[in-house]
Amino acid sequence: MERDDLIEYSLHAHHDEEKGKKIRKKIMQVTVLLTLVTVVEVALGAYIKQSSSIWPIIKWSFIIMTLLKAGYIVMVFMHLGDEKKWLRNVVLVPYFLFMLYLIFIALWEAVAVGEAWTTYGGA
Amino acid sequence: MGGHSVELDSKTLWGGKESPFQTSYGKLMMWFFLVSDALSFGGLLVAYGFTRHDVSVSGTESWPIGEETFNSLPFLGHGYPLIYVALMTFILIVSSVTMVLAVEAGHRMDRKGVVKWMIATIIGGFFFLGSQAWEWYHFTHGSEFGKVELSDGSQAIVQGHFGEIEKFTVTKGGTEHKVGEEITDDLMHHFQHAAMNGHLHMHGKVMQIHLEDGSLANVTKKADDHLSLIVKKDANAGNVGKRIEGVEAEKLYYEALTSGVKNRVIYGAKFFGDDQFGLNEYGPQQYAQFFYFITGFHGFHVFSGVMINIIILIGVLRGTYHKRGHYEMVEKTGLYWHFVDLVWVFVFTFFYLV
Repeated sequence: MERDDLIEYSLHAHHDEEKGKKIRKKIMQVTVLLTLVTVVEVALGAYIKQSSSIWPIIKWSFIIMTLLKAGYIVMVFMHLGDEKKWLRNVVLVPYFLFMLYLIFIALWEAVAVGEAWTTYGGA
Repeated sequence: MGGHSVELDSKTLWGGKESPFQTSYGKLMMWFFLVSDALSFGGLLVAYGFTRHDVSVSGTESWPIGEETFNSLPFLGHGYPLIYVALMTFILIVSSVTMVLAVEAGHRMDRKGVVKWMIATIIGGFFFLGSQAWEWYHFTHGSEFGKVELSDGSQAIVQGHFGEIEKFTVTKGGTEHKVGEEITDDLMHHFQHAAMNGHLHMHGKVMQIHLEDGSLANVTKKADDHLSLIVKKDANAGNVGKRIEGVEAEKLYYEALTSGVKNRVIYGAKFFGDDQFGLNEYGPQQYAQFFYFITGFHGFHVFSGVMINIIILIGVLRGTYHKRGHYEMVEKTGLYWHFVDLVWVFVFTFFYLV
């Protein structure tokens, strides 16, 4: 028996050819952007030495570019940008909170452990 | 996609009809799975960061640098920093694009389009897996020079062009080779095996090799070009990163190679039964372990992604989803595939670039 109290959300995703054209244009723009960012990353990585004085800036720019690429992949390719605001939050907020905590605690502990090895030696 | 935006009021919401996220059960569960999978990868990369930070604190051993470790191309040899891995990244980005185009075609109920773009995605996936196989092979076997332990106990990686080995001339017979025989097969393999087992030594000005069958042979080898050593590990932190070039570098390198001591030189990163199991030429032991684990875990995701894509493609070809009235299955496998690309973006940055 067909149930009329259920909403088939899967059907809402359909769009016509005109909207499809717009979406494909956006996909191509994002493709070009992701490729360009990758090219810049590789060029910086290959030509600027880690011993260089501007390396810290380069390192942070890698991290920013990575987050930018990740943002476009998640929001456009994975369509999270088109989902309901609270679905977006449920996916992203707990993850970011946990990861920030984990990164903080891991780097903090790494320094402590590294110093302990340096001070007391390892055999 | 949520472009349809139905107003949520308390009546429909609490009546159990309208879902707060306005999305299907399957898609929501895929998102939750991806969050948990992202935690696994996040944990691995943070563990990598922890180890690297920990090792760097003392300053007596430096962590490998991506552009020095990954600088080869198939058929072309060394001297192309990061180009290969950039190519792998590009392949994965392109396959992500073809996947999102398949999803878009599905939203227009364009079955032919879905088939076309899914096949392209699957081909891209196989290309990536093939590239990764080459990368692993190369990482396992290592460079022609290897990493060398110098006479003062410090460790250095070697850069430059390795002079070709031309032949071994047997001077003392063994069970397999006879005196006067010239060996021209598989020279590099024998040479590296002898070098890491301490089976090379100098006889006056001639380098001699002890082969596995007990014979002894003279090595005829062209001169190396632009050989230089970069110190990676030393009890004196001030020497780490120091470059030794020219005649001095050549002297130190071959002194270690022909010292007759085992494991003065290490090639690649061996992860199965071998004398040098667990050691690697790139840096600390954990480096190779993380390399295999993280890229392996990711590669396994790519492999399963390709398999799932193939299964869904069969469904598309059979018209299963067309009959169902929507191509949401393509969208769900697409989410997984994009996630694999997303993880690679982070692996690329934290393993190869930074």
